Amino acid sequence: MQLNAIDENLLKTIADLHGIPQGAFNIRKNGQALARSSTETITIEPKQDKPGINIRIAPGTVNQSVHIPVIITESGINDVVYNTFEIGAGSDVLIVAGCGIHNPSEATSQHDGIHEFFVRTGARIRYVEKHYGEGGGTGERILNPVTILHLEEGAYAELELVQVKGVHHTFRRTEVHVGPRAHLLMNERLLTHEEQTAESEIHVHLEGDGSAGEILSRSVAKGHSKQVFRAELIGYGKCKGHVACDSIIMDQARIQALPALIANSSEAELTHEAAIGRLAGDQIAKLMTFGLTEQEAVDTLLAGYLK
Amino acid sequence: MLRLQNISVQVTTENEPLAILRDVNLEFKPGCFYAITGPNGGGKTTVARAIAGIIPVSNGRILLDGEDITSLNITERARLGIRYAFQNPPRFKGIEVSTFLRLAAGDDTEAKTLRRTLRQVGLCPEEYLHRMVDTGLSGGEMKRLEVASALLGAKRVVILDEPEAGVDLWGFEELVRVVSQSHREHPDRITIVISHSERFITQADELIVMAEGQVQSQGRLADVRTTLMEELNCRWRKQCQLEEDEDAVECHR
Ligand SMILES: Nc1ncnc2c1ncn2[C@@H]1O[C@H](COP(=O)(O)OP(=O)(O)O)[C@@H](O)[C@H]1O
Ligand SMILES: [Mg+2]
Repeated sequence: MQLNAIDENLLKTIADLHGIPQGAFNIRKNGQALARSSTETITIEPKQDKPGINIRIAPGTVNQSVHIPVIITESGINDVVYNTFEIGAGSDVLIVAGCGIHNPSEATSQHDGIHEFFVRTGARIRYVEKHYGEGGGTGERILNPVTILHLEEGAYAELELVQVKGVHHTFRRTEVHVGPRAHLLMNERLLTHEEQTAESEIHVHLEGDGSAGEILSRSVAKGHSKQVFRAELIGYGKCKGHVACDSIIMDQARIQALPALIANSSEAELTHEAAIGRLAGDQIAKLMTFGLTEQEAVDTLLAGYLK
Repeated sequence: MLRLQNISVQVTTENEPLAILRDVNLEFKPGCFYAITGPNGGGKTTVARAIAGIIPVSNGRILLDGEDITSLNITERARLGIRYAFQNPPRFKGIEVSTFLRLAAGDDTEAKTLRRTLRQVGLCPEEYLHRMVDTGLSGGEMKRLEVASALLGAKRVVILDEPEAGVDLWGFEELVRVVSQSHREHPDRITIVISHSERFITQADELIVMAEGQVQSQGRLADVRTTLMEELNCRWRKQCQLEEDEDAVECHR
């Protein structure tokens, strides 16, 4: 198995990986498995009926991580993958996914990753997914992730969904079913520039007594890019939910933020806030009084905001 | 020497030009400590913003050691060693105190200098270095951090705009001490504090009283005391008090 400089750079950007990782991993390149490794408690196997893998984490597995990055360096690829995660009761793991596309040509490269998680009783996961595109061609880089989570009683999931840059179009769908006393914390970070479009649709069903969900989305739209953010919190019983979308709009960009609350019980406590605004002039001025140029000040502000 | 020569600042509000500084002439000598005081809306902050390059002047010149800096932007003036601690410091989402101070002080500043400065303004480094410079900090904490950041990067000129606002009594004494100490440690530095506090005013080598966009008087405290009392008390107060029974709401100024 060989990793070239482009592969290595993509892996570093999306999964913070330097070469081949330790522990359980699956690296997919141009629609094929490049390397795979299971451990005693974490098994990764290909699906029989469709492209993708089954990841099984044995009950009680703690302090372990799984890396499943996808990289695409050929153009004209339309890669669809179905990954299923079974997170055993009482385990506590970090899962790092992500997709990096290097497309120097005229043809489109696309990856649609459909990820479904069954987080069993009392299990905890942190799921990090970064998307990134590069390459100087006119070929488009498209990423349409679908993330579905089922949180059983007392489970906890923390999602960090990030679009770093360079993705022409994205349609992201996230659906979470939060069981009794289960908690979801979802952080989304999106950057669009030039003529890019991004649409994020989030449905969080707070289904059990004592379930809680928090969605925190921050985005920056530059150039002529367009973003649409729809987040729906649906409460069924005694639950607590909050959605906050906060965007910085620049240049000729356009943003729609549509948080929605749906309460099906008088015991549901749901709140939302949304803000779209430009970078404040006094923030830029402050950093310039430290000797930063205007451009450096803007870059520093955006980097902090999207961190 | 920092010189403001015939400085006027105009802004446009509702298509009407409004003069907020009118023909301001000031001289600040290296090594000297200045206090600017006067009623709200008198133009103090505007003087500071004009020196830092944040607001353009519509007339006049600003000279730093003979060099005309009127057309330089904020960045260029900062690089000449001018620092300005804002009256209302902005907050930053996702930027840590440590990052903020490093931006202020420059990359080559030792970590222990950052920690020391933070401690001096009454913020414990252990507790604050990894906090975010966002709405999680109180008004008083923001002001202390703002002063720390300005003192760290200042080489020739440092302007502190009402540094005591929102700072508790105990912290206030600390603040006065750290500002004077920093001033003494840099023999050629010009320190300008905009303040209503007697503690700062009595520290100053020279006091400037501003009102209605103009310098009303400048000099040693004893020399400007009369103007100061008049300005801080508003010349018209007597008139207003006479009319109070009649529920006067009109301002005579
Ligand atoms: N950008 C601006 N637009 C309109 N009016 C302004 C602007 N900046 C300052 N002013 C007005 O100019 C006057 C002087 O302001 P300022 O310099 O902040 O006073 P001070 O700091 O002495 O309280 C005030 O009346 C203020 O409202
Ligand atoms: Mg002011």
